[in-house]
Amino acid sequence: MSLPPETLDALCPMHLHLDSEGIVRGAGPTFAKLMGDGPLAGAHFTTLFHIYRPGAVRDSGGLLSLAGRRLQLRLHDGRSTALKGLAMPDGAGGVIMNLSFGIGVVDAVRDHALTSTDFAVTDLAIDMLYLVEAKSAAMEASRTLNRRLQGAMLAAERRAYTDPLTGLANRRALTRVLARLQRDATAFALMHIDLDFFKQANDTHGHPAGDRVLQAVADIMLEATRKNDTVARVGGDEFVILLEDLTEPQVLCDLAGRMIRQIERPIPLDDAFARISASIGIALSDGMPPASAVLDRADAALYEAKRRGRAQYAMQAETAPPAGS
Amino acid sequence: MHGLIARTLQCFLQDTYGQAAWQDIAGRSGLDLPGFEAMLDYETGLVVRVLSEATALLAKPADTILEDIGTYLITHANNEGLRRLMRYGGVDFIDFLHSLEELPGRARLAVPDLRLPDLELEGHSGRAFCLRCTAPTGEPTGFGHVLVGVLRAMADDYGALVILDHRGAEAGCETVDIVVIQTDFASGRAFELGAPLPVPRASSIP
Repeated sequence: MSLPPETLDALCPMHLHLDSEGIVRGAGPTFAKLMGDGPLAGAHFTTLFHIYRPGAVRDSGGLLSLAGRRLQLRLHDGRSTALKGLAMPDGAGGVIMNLSFGIGVVDAVRDHALTSTDFAVTDLAIDMLYLVEAKSAAMEASRTLNRRLQGAMLAAERRAYTDPLTGLANRRALTRVLARLQRDATAFALMHIDLDFFKQANDTHGHPAGDRVLQAVADIMLEATRKNDTVARVGGDEFVILLEDLTEPQVLCDLAGRMIRQIERPIPLDDAFARISASIGIALSDGMPPASAVLDRADAALYEAKRRGRAQYAMQAETAPPAGS
Repeated sequence: MHGLIARTLQCFLQDTYGQAAWQDIAGRSGLDLPGFEAMLDYETGLVVRVLSEATALLAKPADTILEDIGTYLITHANNEGLRRLMRYGGVDFIDFLHSLEELPGRARLAVPDLRLPDLELEGHSGRAFCLRCTAPTGEPTGFGHVLVGVLRAMADDYGALVILDHRGAEAGCETVDIVVIQTDFASGRAFELGAPLPVPRASSIP
């Protein structure tokens, strides 16, 4: 059976016909396009590409010995375009090779400006390009959704750990920080703060004014503490401050006294001033779990401060000495 | 109904009539979400309600809105990717028509749960065709009108001159008559197989 060249060109646009010496006798139009303007007929195939798998091949005999096997080769086209190929005897001592891009088709089409007419209609290359683009579009839609969901999740998480009125941490956040401090065995101090005369201010000036007072107190506490300390609002007019790596009683007492004095300064409202104070109970971590036991000791100290007449701070009872003392 | 379809309706309304119009329509439809997500599923009734509210608010028949959606899908700059995918259908408009029956299958390759209507093309002569569009069970008809918009825009894209006629629906099956007057009436838009390299997009998280 002898085929007219145009039949082979249409069926296999990327074929190459070599004679028994390995000289090109014919090439499909797409293969010619890949190689650019250079003359193909008369060239030896080793000047066009090198076969590197299953092994180096230098002549037609070598090609025929690999008939039926998958060949991997790279074009000498300035880009080292990777191709796979198949070589079969032409029945007259020569070789017909058919070549394909394999999964490199996306890059090859872009690099060589190929069009759909460069591929045989039976070739799946175009369907593969379609699939790559369609899948990328679908993936992008999914990624967009994921980004939005993640943004929403982070916002929800922030809300879940934040007191909406003051922007301070809430009790849930406090529990989480306590768990972390316990896990990392970090020494810390805890202040339990309860506002004095807040109810009177609320009753006298109204709830919106009460909210303003709470915000002002929150600002004072944030101002008085460091960035990595945790200031939480855990009840109507109850706050907790966690101070990491700070267990020096004198420093803590000074800090508590300073905060009480600042809170006692009249807080400006629309047409009046609110006058409140605060009682503070201070406790120190002792490295013994559970970390929440510190809360109980601070609570007891707060009760003691209240019992002594409010507007003052109290250190935890002497029976529970600070760690390391 | 697949979110891609619902999202298309939303993007069309937003891009064509503005964010305020969309919010108005979404509010009247009882859509208590910021909007449709392309990769989630929605109750078909909700999407139909959005379309009928749009019909009322924009004072346009549903058929016209659906056809405009088809045109929007191919011509709007935001949908360049889809136009490219459609151009894979063939080298000229006739070739493209012959590939239409493959469209639902092609769509499923990329998004396996996207159910598009069955398409069946019948050629009367080399240039006259009849396209039958059968909605999946449980889905409303109307896709035929979208298809008319898509075909009109694709004809422009290929530079072909065509006459399209939606002949109505019968038992869930819409019929569109297509006559191709000239395949190279005008110079169409360019289509290169090698897609431009994707531009990295900024994250939408503020």
